[in-house]
Amino acid sequence: MKKATLFLLATLALCFTANSFAMAPAKEIKAGFIYVGPVGDAGWTYAHDLGRQEMEQLPFVQPSTFIETVPEGAESARVINGLVRKGHNLIFTTSFGYMDATIDVAKRNKDIVFMHCSGFKTAENVGTYFGRMYEPRYLSGIVAGKMTKTNAIGYVAAFPIPEVIRGINAFTLGVKSVNPQAEVKVVWTQTWFDPGVERDAADSLLDVGTDVLAMHQDAPATMQAAEARGAYVIGYNSDMRTFAPNAFLTAPIWNWGALYTQLANEVHNGTWKSEQIWAGMKEDLVRLADFSPAVPADVQALVTEKANAIKAGTLHPFSGPIKDQTGKVVVAAGQTPTDGELLGMNYFVQGVQGTISK
Amino acid sequence: MLEILLDATVRAGTPILFATLGAIINERAGIINLGIEGLMLIGALAGFSGTYLSGSLLVGVLAAFCATFAAGSIHAFITVQLRGNQIVSGLALTMFGIGITALFGKEMVGQTIVGFKRLAIPGFSQIPIIGRAFFNQDLLIYFSFLLVFLIWFFFYRTRWGLGVRSVGENPAAADTCGFSVSKYRFLAVSTGSGLVGIGGAYLSLASTPMWIENMSAGRGWIAVALVIFAGWSSPKAMLGAYLFGGITAMQLRFQAMGTTVSAHILQMLPYFFTILVLVISTLRLQKGASQQPEGLGLPYDREDRK
Repeated sequence: MKKATLFLLATLALCFTANSFAMAPAKEIKAGFIYVGPVGDAGWTYAHDLGRQEMEQLPFVQPSTFIETVPEGAESARVINGLVRKGHNLIFTTSFGYMDATIDVAKRNKDIVFMHCSGFKTAENVGTYFGRMYEPRYLSGIVAGKMTKTNAIGYVAAFPIPEVIRGINAFTLGVKSVNPQAEVKVVWTQTWFDPGVERDAADSLLDVGTDVLAMHQDAPATMQAAEARGAYVIGYNSDMRTFAPNAFLTAPIWNWGALYTQLANEVHNGTWKSEQIWAGMKEDLVRLADFSPAVPADVQALVTEKANAIKAGTLHPFSGPIKDQTGKVVVAAGQTPTDGELLGMNYFVQGVQGTISK
Repeated sequence: MLEILLDATVRAGTPILFATLGAIINERAGIINLGIEGLMLIGALAGFSGTYLSGSLLVGVLAAFCATFAAGSIHAFITVQLRGNQIVSGLALTMFGIGITALFGKEMVGQTIVGFKRLAIPGFSQIPIIGRAFFNQDLLIYFSFLLVFLIWFFFYRTRWGLGVRSVGENPAAADTCGFSVSKYRFLAVSTGSGLVGIGGAYLSLASTPMWIENMSAGRGWIAVALVIFAGWSSPKAMLGAYLFGGITAMQLRFQAMGTTVSAHILQMLPYFFTILVLVISTLRLQKGASQQPEGLGLPYDREDRK
């Protein structure tokens, strides 16, 4: 699946070789985007498209092209080739499953810059990029921990893969940092996108007494469930507050525009180099959406303070000691996990109620 | 707990129920319709836009019916009038539905409406266990109960229903008896499609009041399978749709309650039960008997009688 299989990124270190190859400056940028879903998903693809529009504001960027709902796998090579033939010189492929096709097309078009989202293979003209979503997830956990009255928080999750597990763990650590009694209940939907099932999963969590919901899904159905039942909710992907004006608290969101603008500038100036970007809040690639008025001022102040600490590098959401569900210490006191360990995370921390099916 | 589970079952099963009923009407008249998924999307978008623009849920439901009636007529025209391949035309209808709703749905993404609200039937809604699930629901769910009965009544107690069944079983014989095969088939396909559209509208007006591309997420295909499961009968379709909805609802609730059973096993249950029921219902049939309409999938032309 798209953002999936990221644990393979653990091989990051292996392919991370310094690259002296530099591109010639490009006077005009003609960018093309391949999307895995529809722009209208209000989530993952929608967030990328906002980034695309922001990048278009640059004076030297021509109107860009995007192609929606492109199937992952070998089929996508044809679509990427289409963009190459139409004269695009900066191509973004925004889902994990486009990795091999991107590398393949890039091999035959050395003068074009390719950026692949969430993969682990690079070439002299192919870079990768992804975001440390666990940072704002941790902050949203603080909000949830402060707002819950029943000390039960629900989490509607898509698939048990490291990216989602990392998010649940970071969120739970955030909750626990301010409310040690609280528990995070996880329900797997086994789908990225099915509003009906997401809604039902959210309802099932509300039925067992949770009063704040968080989610890792592409549709905003969880938001509506919380709104209908008078609970609070934390969004994801993009600012979804219109779906839950009263229930919405905040959301960890993507801000691809910052990175896309930076990359377009680099290609324009000829300073672009192939690298593996895994940027966080410091680079503003991920952020926490504006608080809703429902979040009290002291909570807002606390979260803002923690956000600044993360940006300054003095706070790491996964700083030890961290125990897993069985009580085993997985991160020793004073330690933080390496990027490889983060990318391959396959355990739940203490405080999560749920199972990871193996 | 059982009360909540039954309630969730009915809510999750209703969109599939509408779609299955619509598909049954299609297939009873002898026309396979694989466009259900696309029709559900058209219904969902038309229903949402209708309500968003007019502010009335009734207008939304009517818009969903009319839009899918029209889209279903395309399938009817190709398969009945032109005697084209039903499989190809149906699949094309699904792709058409996905594409056209994505195109015209752009403006509706992120808009909000007030969806269907629960309406308790005084007295009945207090009945323990089943009260909440069957008598404290929204209007569309009540309509689906009525529809199950009406469709059964139509097929087995009216002359028109007999006509639809006979053009599906043996169009040549029906033709000889003076039933207009093309008229019956055409109307069955477009009206059935209209009901599928209401199933789609249930998604965008009641279960999650919003429009998102591809929001039916495969329910149309489940309906196609449930028609066979239900043996082309509307009460059994209700059973099938609730079985599917119920097991999905149950496995999510098991997880929320914190069972340690693997989510994969729970997720497998609906499909496991589908196979089980299919095996049982097939075994119970007499040898050589078939519930499937005899003329299903075959175009009819008076001129090429064998």
